[in-house]
Amino acid sequence: MKRLVILLGMLGVVFLPPFVLADDLAGAIKQLDTKSYSKKVKAVNAIGEIDDPRVLDVLLALREGQLYIHKGNKNFVIGRGESSEGLVRIVDAVTGEKLDDIASGALSKIKINNRVRGAARTAISKIQLSAKDKSTRLNAVRNLIKSPDDKLRDLIVAALDNEENSEVIKGLNVALAFIDINSNDKKLRISAIEVLGETVEPRAVTILQDILSKDEEGNSEEEDSEIIRSAEKSLEKIESRTSLYEFIKNLFFGLSLGSILLLAAIGLAITFGVMGVINMAHGEMIMIGAYTTFFVQQLFPNWVGGSILLSIPLAFLASGLVGVVIERTIIRHLYGRPLETLLATFGVSLILQQLARTYNSNNVPVKAPDWLSGSWHINSVLEFNYVHMYIIVFSLIVLAVLTLVLKKTYLGLQMRAVTQNRAMANSMGIRSSWVDALTFGLGSGIAGIAGVALSQIGNVGPNLGQGYIIDSFMVVVFGGVGNLLGTFFGGVSLGIVNKFLEPQVGAVVAKIIVLVFIILFIQWRPRGLFALKGRFVED
Amino acid sequence: MSAEGSILYLSGVTKTFDGFKAINNLSLYIEPGELRAIIGPNGAGKSTMMDIITGKTRPDEGDVLFKNSIDLTKHDEADIANIGIGRKFQKPTVIESLSVWENLELALAGKRSVLDTLFYKLSKSQADRVDEVIDLIGLQQRRNETAKNLSHGQKQWLEIGMLIIQDPELLLVDEPAAGMTDFETMQTAKLLKNISEDHSVVVVEHDMDFVKALDTRVTVLHEGSVLAEGSLETVSNDERVIEVYLGR
Amino acid sequence: MLKDSLLQRLVLSDQGSKFTIAALIVIGVIVPFLNLAMPEGSFLHVSDYSVALIGKYLCFALLALALDLVWGYCGILSLGHGAFFALGGYAMGMYLMRQIGDRGVYGHPELPDFMVFLNWDALPWYWYGFDNFFFAMLMVMFVPGLLAFIFGWLAFRSRVTGVYFSIITQALTAALSLAFFLNDFGFGGNNGLTDFKDILGASLQSNGTRAVIFICSVIALIGSYILCRYIVTSKLGRVLISVRDAESRTRFIGYRVEHYKVFVFTISAVLAGIAGALYVPQVGIINPGEFSPLNSIEVVIWVALGGRGTLYGAVVGALVVNFAKTYFTGSKLFVEYWLFLLGAMFILIPIFLPKGMVDIVDQWKKKHAQSKATEVNSKISGDAQEHTS
Repeated sequence: MKRLVILLGMLGVVFLPPFVLADDLAGAIKQLDTKSYSKKVKAVNAIGEIDDPRVLDVLLALREGQLYIHKGNKNFVIGRGESSEGLVRIVDAVTGEKLDDIASGALSKIKINNRVRGAARTAISKIQLSAKDKSTRLNAVRNLIKSPDDKLRDLIVAALDNEENSEVIKGLNVALAFIDINSNDKKLRISAIEVLGETVEPRAVTILQDILSKDEEGNSEEEDSEIIRSAEKSLEKIESRTSLYEFIKNLFFGLSLGSILLLAAIGLAITFGVMGVINMAHGEMIMIGAYTTFFVQQLFPNWVGGSILLSIPLAFLASGLVGVVIERTIIRHLYGRPLETLLATFGVSLILQQLARTYNSNNVPVKAPDWLSGSWHINSVLEFNYVHMYIIVFSLIVLAVLTLVLKKTYLGLQMRAVTQNRAMANSMGIRSSWVDALTFGLGSGIAGIAGVALSQIGNVGPNLGQGYIIDSFMVVVFGGVGNLLGTFFGGVSLGIVNKFLEPQVGAVVAKIIVLVFIILFIQWRPRGLFALKGRFVED
Repeated sequence: MSAEGSILYLSGVTKTFDGFKAINNLSLYIEPGELRAIIGPNGAGKSTMMDIITGKTRPDEGDVLFKNSIDLTKHDEADIANIGIGRKFQKPTVIESLSVWENLELALAGKRSVLDTLFYKLSKSQADRVDEVIDLIGLQQRRNETAKNLSHGQKQWLEIGMLIIQDPELLLVDEPAAGMTDFETMQTAKLLKNISEDHSVVVVEHDMDFVKALDTRVTVLHEGSVLAEGSLETVSNDERVIEVYLGR
Repeated sequence: MLKDSLLQRLVLSDQGSKFTIAALIVIGVIVPFLNLAMPEGSFLHVSDYSVALIGKYLCFALLALALDLVWGYCGILSLGHGAFFALGGYAMGMYLMRQIGDRGVYGHPELPDFMVFLNWDALPWYWYGFDNFFFAMLMVMFVPGLLAFIFGWLAFRSRVTGVYFSIITQALTAALSLAFFLNDFGFGGNNGLTDFKDILGASLQSNGTRAVIFICSVIALIGSYILCRYIVTSKLGRVLISVRDAESRTRFIGYRVEHYKVFVFTISAVLAGIAGALYVPQVGIINPGEFSPLNSIEVVIWVALGGRGTLYGAVVGALVVNFAKTYFTGSKLFVEYWLFLLGAMFILIPIFLPKGMVDIVDQWKKKHAQSKATEVNSKISGDAQEHTS
């Protein structure tokens, strides 16, 4: 019912001239210009009653301390962060119109205390809970769960009456339970305990543990045995569900790390795995891809969503081209001398890093498009970032395309011919030197593509490549050289092992353990997980 | 056939690489003091057989016995070399940065442990032995030459010399005549016949003139197992041999 | 007689070694003398800064020598020698830490400052004994040696060779670097060990002590050089070359290649540890930055530039590259170019100068000898012509 009213109100916005509403808001907002906090509370309550989509902005700004009065014209403005010149970016609070940046000294902040903040909070929750958009309502519920406030109980109960979406209802019930758990009514408490038992909120665990806690003599602090029993049951439920979700979470983050490792290593699987060339500048090929993303974004500053897609082929070309040049000018002279190749490509890596540093010694900002930001929130334990989900998918696509290129294209056929028997391939008219250059270019280009993806999850700067080089080699060596399937399993399994170790021992120690494990593993199976077997392998 | 009285005995040896049977139920019996030539087309499994005897490759199944008592599948290359089996590779492999003299000194029979070599002192008799072998392989003029400056044939001889000075009971020689002139080939055949007077020798070879010059018992390998055995004349007349090897 | 022939074998028979050792002896005598005896401001005075700098280079030269022994002679390219160096350095650092006693900022009689800061109440067991100089010096050699022995034994036994070995030594270095950055690891975390006061009761700030440490570095370098010469000129040295040139041939002759590799790798790690131990008192600090993979791989380029497989090449290479580094990074104008130059060295040396600088000298000598010969010839013929005319 209430939503219907809001709907009508919003229709009204369309038909009525906006200044009428703006006047309403403009009138109410003026009441905030007072020293008395109780008057401010009243003003907030009045503003909360206005049916206007801009009210929310004003209240949020007030709560965040971003609502100001312009000292010159006494208009209300909302601060929107600092500009590059150190001025405050502002918009008009009533009209929403963008105004010229202004020095912070020309603004006076609307000061609030806890009571005002509470009033703003109630008003905000009320508006959000009655929003038409489901995700806004869900966000509001999540905030209520995060910081329960018994003053909002009536609001929640009212919202429950009007709510139709089951997910929101569930959330509201939990929010209610967090309030009712402290109630004096035993029935309410028990039902709250039961509701909490269906969640995985870490705070529910703390509350339930508090109920179950015992004093020094071993007596329960809670007197009611029924409540104790039901708390025990709920706690057990939460804990078993949480451990399941924790497992899924570790698995997801493991897969995510694995796909990152896979992306970083997959180009190396070509240059090192197929060609046997040690390319210590592989990390810098990734870096070039990441910088390409940055430059494309500089060219199309208003087209972040699409420019990242454009970056993928461009990064492939950029890194691939650099790869071909490195192969033609340096590596070509060093075939059959792997240790020297290692040193020379390390030199390339130093120079490329230093070039990036000469351009800009700091990290460069790469923006994330809207469709990559945000996450899929399932509950307080499980939350999947879109960017990580996309990277998992992306890495699999890259792997699949690469496999197809190797297996189905003429270039792939030539590559395999040259790596298996160079002399024979030459005598059949394959120009092996060009195949070498293209293969190396392919491996480098794929590293560039990886760079586009990795620019979305980490810093893009001169040191980006160094962070990946050792891991990439470990993945390829662990998986088995010359074997894309091995690289896939190598990356994914190392990622998962790492993420399952992390909660036990911490990130750094987990990484050390994985490194030591690989070092030992290589002793046991020097050819990696998926070793090629055969007479000629050893020679 | 039992291993009794043999210096080298292979029975039912099989080795598979990725589904390809390089060696298939191979059996071989070499007597002490014997000179045996092994021939066979490419891919007959000759090199794999050598690898198995010298411990480079482990067979999937089968027995490989040395002197009827030592199970060679239980030892690695260095062990087997010290037990008394020497091997010459198809491609001549000598230590390129060392001189002819140093190459032979390195191969000279003696203690092989780290500390022994660290405090090693060459005795007069050992030095004489090195010179003797240099004479035998005809490299007197080049004794202080770095090995990488030798011709292909000289490298082959140097490697044979290293094999002799190692003083193994059994020598495995893989295509010693490859890349040699006719004259060198005949010289090499003569050398091997000399050696076989007080060693057992197994020679793998393609060159039929060379095998003829060796004038000894021949084993024909085909698809990883023994196809025929006997004098060169006998096997040359064997129809199956003609079909798979000589005939084509 | 025996002594003479040994000296002949180790030093005199090799031009490069003869010059290197002679030059080191001269440096070891003259530098401390000019530092201590000449008044400051005198033209001949060698500043304290220079003494420390040259001392540092000598430690690097020892590190390069150690790497050359395994890489130049046995073909094992280790990208982990920086780690052995750092381990030796940490062992020395621990001794110096314990010598501070209660003179630290917190004044705790036993615990180093960083432990007090972390609220530890007792010394971890692996710090026991490090207050004793001789025990610490034993550990300087034992810890890197043991690590190299175990690591090498595992790797060489499974026949991990070539670039595979290089990569896993780099992984080892990376793992150690991560570990030493941890506070809980018990080695001062990020900040490492520093604020040293004295060594064997002598103040580290005094010129005399510094001169003694300098001379120790020279002696250690000469001693290690002669030890390496003994190894490479023995039959074992020829086995190492044989492993480098034709590993599987060496096995078929009957040498246990893995034993030789473990032996030389361990010796080399011990020498690297000694270098690290001498380095720490001269620079006054050891921190996890020393484990950086870049450090380890930089050593490789010293050896490559100087000329691997010749011990003096490694020494010369280390000195040349580090002088260049100090020069470039010391001047504001060039500091940006140093990494470009270093990168260029990595690229150009393997392609154009695979045998290093000593090869240029050899080539030049040969040419010189030839041109001298032709000169003499032409002179003779010229004389002859003069006579006939």
